[in-house]
Amino acid sequence: MTLLAWLLLATASIVLLALLMVAAGVFTWVERRVLGFLQERLGPNRVGPFGFLQWVADTVKLITKEDAAPAGADRAAYILAPAFAAIPMLTGFGVVAFGEGWAVADLDMGVVFVMGMLALTVYALVLGAWASRNRYAMLGGLRAAAQMLAYESFLGLSLMGVVLMAGSFRMSDIVAAQDGLWFILLQPLGAALFFTAGIAAAHRLPFDLQESENDIVAGFMTEYSGMSFALFFLGEYIAVMLVAALGTTLFLGGWYGPLLPGPIWFGLKVGLICLAFIWIRAALPRPRYDQLIGFAWKVALPLALLNLLVTGWIVVGRAG
Amino acid sequence: MDDLLREFLPILILTALAGGLGLVLMLSAIVIAVRNPDPEKVSAYECGFNAFDDARMKFEVRFYLVSILFIIFDLEVAFLFPWAVAFGEVSMTAFWSMMAFLGVLTVGFAYEWKKGALEWQ
Repeated sequence: MTLLAWLLLATASIVLLALLMVAAGVFTWVERRVLGFLQERLGPNRVGPFGFLQWVADTVKLITKEDAAPAGADRAAYILAPAFAAIPMLTGFGVVAFGEGWAVADLDMGVVFVMGMLALTVYALVLGAWASRNRYAMLGGLRAAAQMLAYESFLGLSLMGVVLMAGSFRMSDIVAAQDGLWFILLQPLGAALFFTAGIAAAHRLPFDLQESENDIVAGFMTEYSGMSFALFFLGEYIAVMLVAALGTTLFLGGWYGPLLPGPIWFGLKVGLICLAFIWIRAALPRPRYDQLIGFAWKVALPLALLNLLVTGWIVVGRAG
Repeated sequence: MDDLLREFLPILILTALAGGLGLVLMLSAIVIAVRNPDPEKVSAYECGFNAFDDARMKFEVRFYLVSILFIIFDLEVAFLFPWAVAFGEVSMTAFWSMMAFLGVLTVGFAYEWKKGALEWQ
C-alpha cells in the first residue's frame, strides 16, 4: 500500500468516528425533544436554538464530573468495561456501506462482522456489572447476559432470508440486490423479527430490563458516573444507529432512492429508523422478564426458522 | 501480506483509532474531572442501607440454561451462514440435507420446551 492510500484510509476512519460522535450527541438531543413532545412537555430547550446545543453542554458536564469508583470494585475491569461498550460499536460501522463505494472496509462477511460487534456489548455490560460489586449492577448484568443470548439466537436467523436471496454477506452486494424492490416487501416477517431483536441487542426500551430503573435502580450502570457513564451511554446510542444502519442495508434498500445522492438517502433512512425506535420507547411498556425470555424462545425463534424454511423453499423452487 | 489480511487492515486501523478515542475521553476525564472521594460516596449503592452481604451472590440456574440453549442455536446459525451464501449454487440435495439438520434440532427444541427448560418461573 502506498502512503497516499494509508492517509486516505486514516482520514476516512477519523471522519467516520467524528461523524458518529456528533450523530450520537444529536441523537440524544432529538430523543429528549421527541420524547418530550410525545409526553406533552417541552424537553430540553434552553441551550442554543431549540436546545440544540444541549448535547454539547452535557458532554462538558460529563467530562468534568467526578468518576467515583466503588470501594469494592475490581479496578481494571471497572475502568475498561465502558470502553468495551463503545469501541466495538464504532468499529462495527467500518463495514457499513453508506453509498456505492462509501465504506471504510466493504468486507465479504460484513453482516456477520456487525453481528459479532453487536454481540460484544454483552461483555461490557457483564464486566461492568461484575466489577462494580453492587447488587443491582449484578442483577442487571445477569439479565443483560441472558437477554442478549436469547435475542442473539434469532437475530442471525431472521436476516438469513435476505442472505439467501442476495447470496452474499457483503453490505454493498445486499444493497445492490435490492435495486428496484426492497427486501422488506419480500421479507416482512424477517424484518419485523430483525428489528425486535435489534431493539433487544441495543438494549433499548421496551427491552431494557438490564437497566430498568423501577426495579433495579440503573442495572449494570448503577455505580458508573462521569466519563465512564458517558461511554456506556455513547455505546448504547451508537448501537442503536448500528442496528438502524444494518436494518437499512438489509431491508430498506440501503442507498437507493430517487434524486438525492446515495449517502443522503442512507442517512435519512437510518434517521427514520432511529425516530421509530424513540417512538417505540415512548409507546410501549416494559414486559416482565419471563415474558421477555419466553417471547424470544417460544415465539420469535420458531417464527424465524419458519421464515428461513419458506424463503429457502421459494428460492430453490425458482432456481430449479 | 495475503488478501484476506489486507481486507481487514482498514478495520484494524479503525479499531485502533476508536480505541484511541476512548482512551482520550477517559484520560481527559482523569485530568479535568474533580476527585473528592469519601467513604460514603465510594460504598456500594443499596438504597440507603449498608450492603447486607457480598453482591457476588448465588443466582438462578435459569441463566445458565439460557446460555446452554444459546450455544446450540448459535452453532446452528454458524452452520447456516456458509450454506446461505452458497445457496445459489447448491442443489436440492444440499437444501434437503440442511432441512434434515434443522429437523433434528427442532425435535430437540420441542423436547426442551416440553421439559420446561424454557419456562421462567
